[in-house]
Amino acid sequence: MRIFCPYCGERGNEEFSYLGDASPVRPDPAAANAAEKFADYVYLRDNPRGPLRELWYHAAGCHSWLVVTRDTFTHEISRVEFARDVAAARNPAAEVGG
Amino acid sequence: MKYSIFSLASEALLGHGGWQPVWRDAAPKANYDVVIIGGGGHGLATAYYLAKEHGLTNVAVLEKGWIGSGNAGRNTTIIRSNYLLPQNIRFYEWSMKLWEGLERDLNYNTMVSQRGVVNLYHSDAQRDAFARRGNAMRLNGVDAELLDRAQVRAMLPFLDYDNARFPIHGALLQRRGGTARHDAVVWGYARAADQRGVDIIQNCEVTGLTIRDGRITGVETTRGDIRAQKVGLAVAGSTSLLTSMAGLRMPIEAHVIQAFVTEGIKPAIDCVMTFGAGHFYISQSDKGGLVFGGDVDGYNTYAQRGNLPTVEDIIEGGVALWPGLGRLRVLRHWGGLLDMSMDGSPIIDRTPIAGLYLNAGWNYGGFKATPASGWCFAYTIARGEPHALNSAFRLDRFAAGNVIDEKGVGAQPNLH
Repeated sequence: MRIFCPYCGERGNEEFSYLGDASPVRPDPAAANAAEKFADYVYLRDNPRGPLRELWYHAAGCHSWLVVTRDTFTHEISRVEFARDVAAARNPAAEVGG
Repeated sequence: MKYSIFSLASEALLGHGGWQPVWRDAAPKANYDVVIIGGGGHGLATAYYLAKEHGLTNVAVLEKGWIGSGNAGRNTTIIRSNYLLPQNIRFYEWSMKLWEGLERDLNYNTMVSQRGVVNLYHSDAQRDAFARRGNAMRLNGVDAELLDRAQVRAMLPFLDYDNARFPIHGALLQRRGGTARHDAVVWGYARAADQRGVDIIQNCEVTGLTIRDGRITGVETTRGDIRAQKVGLAVAGSTSLLTSMAGLRMPIEAHVIQAFVTEGIKPAIDCVMTFGAGHFYISQSDKGGLVFGGDVDGYNTYAQRGNLPTVEDIIEGGVALWPGLGRLRVLRHWGGLLDMSMDGSPIIDRTPIAGLYLNAGWNYGGFKATPASGWCFAYTIARGEPHALNSAFRLDRFAAGNVIDEKGVGAQPNLH
């Protein structure tokens, strides 16, 4: 499996480390149901067979966090984005560190 | 047909013409008391213990492929109960006790071989950690011995004891651990369950779960709809795909682990051995091939194959430990799917859907658990509540904070 890093080009997956599903979003700790939301955030996953947006870190390259859209059955990669851009798009008001 | 020395001798004399198929190729009936989804070791063992321990014989096991085609045929056949946490020790020790009586119980040669499991340690700190684990095992009535370097060298003279980075200081040994023949385990359970009236239905893939008012009433399959009072899921590797049909999200990710077997050689290693400084384990099959494996590949996948960097990593670990391995050729290698759970421990429990029961989250250690998993799951399904042995393996333990994290790495499935 090879991943196309927007900075470094196509590299073998041994250069990257894997965090997991990119979709869970840290809940508001001040919300009334925060305990339940955090349990979902930390532990529960959709775990689909098919396209999954997931977080990879280019540890042996440019040190970018990437959101890679990859099919979990065929390993085909359809899209690679910077995690920073994904986070900024999700919450345009917040300042996202580089 | 009951197997014995007499049946073997008479068949040998009569040219082996009288052997019969060991289970019926059943067609699905319209209605069952219990339907078990998944015809691997765990599902078949569950059906067997439902019939034997709880008198439930109107039971079907549904398998999408054929018996033994999934993880039952893809594991590395190791059995052991050398755990640290009490919830795991008592469960896996019950499994070990069932292994010790399994052949007589099933009247089937499952080739249980208690050849010993040797976990090597490579530093003073690791010796202390292994001594702690051994003590935890002994406190729970499990055998454990801490070996020094000379004792290990007497058992395994061919290892690289003076490796500059990871010298071998000793090992934790569980003599009662070992291996069993994986195919024989599923065949033995299938035969014994069939003899008690269980229908084993192959090539029958479940495509939907029928749920009304929060209760399961049956399953939709490629061989028609089947009604059931209770349904048990034993489909580790594919658990999330099945539970998503009931709208349930799981504390599980699907991962792949690879395994390897070399060309056959003379008897070289008479135990199961694990490397303490990397993830590598090895034993020798009865045909002479060295069977080995290591870490999961580390990314979510439903493909039953792995990637080459993991192959390299595993074999590097093996050769660092046992340099002579470099002279052997790998004959076959394959991948199997795992339910990697968020704390590295399994789930045997009810679900929020009435009548739907869950057996999942076996990580890379499901084979050794087969007898106790089936035994506990059968109890849970028959009684509607967990047995004391699986009462900690709850689905709600994550939200409740009662995780069973043997390795202490947190909610990161690829690190367990």
